[in-house]
Amino acid sequence: MTLLRHLAAAVGVAVILGVASVMLGAYRDYQMAEVAAYVVAVAGLSLLIGLSGQISIGNGAFMAIGGYASALLLLHLGWPLEVVFVAATVIAAVAGAVFGIAAARLRGPYLAGATLMLAVALPSIAIQYPGVFGGDQGLPVTITTPAFLGATFPPTRWLAWLTCAAALIALILLANLGHSRIGRSWRALRDDEVAAALAGLNVARLQVLAFVISAACAGLGGALLAVVSGIVAPGAYTLTLSIALLTATVVGGLGTLPGALWGSLLLVLVPSYLTNVAASHGLSGAASSSVPIAVYGVVLILVMLVFPTGIQGALRRLFGSASPAVGAPLSVWRRHTSASEHQEEGTT
Amino acid sequence: MKKVRRVNLAALAGIAAVSMVVAGCSSGGSGSSSSGSSSSPLTASAPGITKTQILIGSHQPLTGVAAPGYDEIAPASNAYFQYVNAHGGIYGRKIVYKYLNDQYDPTITSTVVHQLVLQDSVYAIYNGLGTPTHLAVAPYLNAQKVPDVFVASGCECWNSPSKWPDTFGWQLDYIREGKILGNYIKQHFKGKKIGYFYQDDEFGQDGVKGLDMEIPKSMVVARESYNPTVTNVAPQVTALKAAGAQVVVSFSVPAFTALLRLISLKLSYSPQLVVSNVGSDPITLAGLLEAFAKKGGATVSGNQLTQGIITDGYLPSLGSTSSSWIKLFQKIHAKYLPKLPLDGNVAYGLAAGYTFVQAMLKAGRNPTRQDLINAINGGLPQGPAVAPYAYSSTDHNGVTGAYIAVIKNGALVQTGPIQVTDTSPGGAITTYSTAQPAAPASGIPSP
Repeated sequence: MTLLRHLAAAVGVAVILGVASVMLGAYRDYQMAEVAAYVVAVAGLSLLIGLSGQISIGNGAFMAIGGYASALLLLHLGWPLEVVFVAATVIAAVAGAVFGIAAARLRGPYLAGATLMLAVALPSIAIQYPGVFGGDQGLPVTITTPAFLGATFPPTRWLAWLTCAAALIALILLANLGHSRIGRSWRALRDDEVAAALAGLNVARLQVLAFVISAACAGLGGALLAVVSGIVAPGAYTLTLSIALLTATVVGGLGTLPGALWGSLLLVLVPSYLTNVAASHGLSGAASSSVPIAVYGVVLILVMLVFPTGIQGALRRLFGSASPAVGAPLSVWRRHTSASEHQEEGTT
Repeated sequence: MKKVRRVNLAALAGIAAVSMVVAGCSSGGSGSSSSGSSSSPLTASAPGITKTQILIGSHQPLTGVAAPGYDEIAPASNAYFQYVNAHGGIYGRKIVYKYLNDQYDPTITSTVVHQLVLQDSVYAIYNGLGTPTHLAVAPYLNAQKVPDVFVASGCECWNSPSKWPDTFGWQLDYIREGKILGNYIKQHFKGKKIGYFYQDDEFGQDGVKGLDMEIPKSMVVARESYNPTVTNVAPQVTALKAAGAQVVVSFSVPAFTALLRLISLKLSYSPQLVVSNVGSDPITLAGLLEAFAKKGGATVSGNQLTQGIITDGYLPSLGSTSSSWIKLFQKIHAKYLPKLPLDGNVAYGLAAGYTFVQAMLKAGRNPTRQDLINAINGGLPQGPAVAPYAYSSTDHNGVTGAYIAVIKNGALVQTGPIQVTDTSPGGAITTYSTAQPAAPASGIPSP
């Protein structure tokens, strides 16, 4: 039932996005594709932090794995794009499993530290082996618009369709996972590990699973981003990216899928908007290049001060109490705290 | 009892889509017409061209590792465009130059160039800076048929007319530069041990390719490369010292030339430095040397440390104040860029801007994008550079020659004749004795 509802909703979204992609200009399509790429990675991280209660500062590294995997597969094997996306997801998931199992004993800040190492170290592998990974310059990722769409079909619209479709599929799966027995188990161990273990949950296995899924999401996000930007280069996957993902997760609203969307929108739209503002106000040289970065920081601080539960939390507070009909639909992966609800879900 | 748990993703996406629309709207504009005669009215003949303006874009490292020095180039080009705009513009149209910061990061380059092409609908991408960065967007620009003119990088890769018909280099390419520097080293440092220090990408590799065409392999005792994201180059400098290199040839950006110099100093290692033009601007270097040393708690004199560095130049040296080009640069600099020093980077930006105006005037009153490409393919007359351009339909390289120079008291001093060559291993290096045409009195090229 849940699956059907999610599918129906996804079809609705797909129609809206399809219409939007035609009505909006080429650059908005391009941004839509960027948002789609980020939203997958951010949703994965949101699941890891918000649902299973673990922290990763290294998901940028898994995006790098997904990005490089898809670039190499396209370049050397010429696989079809959909297969490449699946393969990139699987490869990142495997990497996540290896790292997740190794880090399974780490908690809280220690896990964060270990993942931080990953974010710092992994991109330099690409620089160490320029023969395979193209060094600093990276690898080109070129895709062609399918012939059946016609020669005049805007390539950015195809890009938007492709990435939005992939993102929607990933989000449906995540939404279902969050509602499943596994999702409930994650919440249980997030709230109290000891109690969860006493209730018979395999804490270590569940935590590794959450880590693997978030890595897989980052991998797919990385693959999508590679296709969007047309290049994979180590400069894109620095610690800054990992921090940006974390920022988007927290500012958007931890542990919610809509929050991941808000966070990704912020990530893509705010910097480009600020760059334009700085440029159009004729700020000179160093000022115009630093202002967007500074203002972005201020925006983030303000959001966290005003809405400590993130944008999604604020929306829920604004609309949730006044009219549940609006608030409830927005709350995929809502926190379930009442005992009766747990019981009820357990029996369905 | 089942609670309402519908996932109204549709409403969500609707809001998302609306917020995108609100955040801005796309700009279109296309259509083409052939360039008209001198009396024809001005039309919006191509994307980015209206009756009153020509909008061009660029990606530049305004912050980050490549920013010191290079962040002056785009403002300098813009200063030249303002000068042209104030003196009648291009057939009456004003040039509007929008350059965005890519932090020398290829992925950001991709994003900002998409923004310039798709959102701003620029007529052309002009002087996009950097080899690794511009390589990320050259295929895209060519696929979209956006003129990609006068890339601010000497990579020989821009000269691929069959693969990238819309891309043109501008400055002396690194292969020619490597050959000219290599030839000088071969003649003046006979029997000395040579070491290479180069950026590990197409920039450094092209330079080394050119050097190897001239310097016998037996003379080269060490080949050390660096990565621009790793600022510790002590291992490389130690290796150069251990190999006993008496002459170190450096294909590096200014920050890494400065690091090379400072670490050599620390290791009491003082080889003769021969530095590529892009990494040797004396004013930029002196500033970096002093800043880096200060960070390390030391005080150095920048000009003292750059003294004696051998390099090459393809624009008239800033010290030759009798040159009509330098006089023009000084005039525009004083009026439009008083805050920046008149250094090699500013001269570069002004000269590249001049070349763009040359090409735009040649492209006609109402140019399509293809008209600009055709204009450059037809060749451009020699401008501010000391040697002619290579431009033709089969050659998209820019300047073809340079002179050897030595840094003395913080300024370049030309020490040899102007030499021109090609990019082939056997291609001769010949002296170019034709005098450089003077700058037009108006400061603006004639159509």
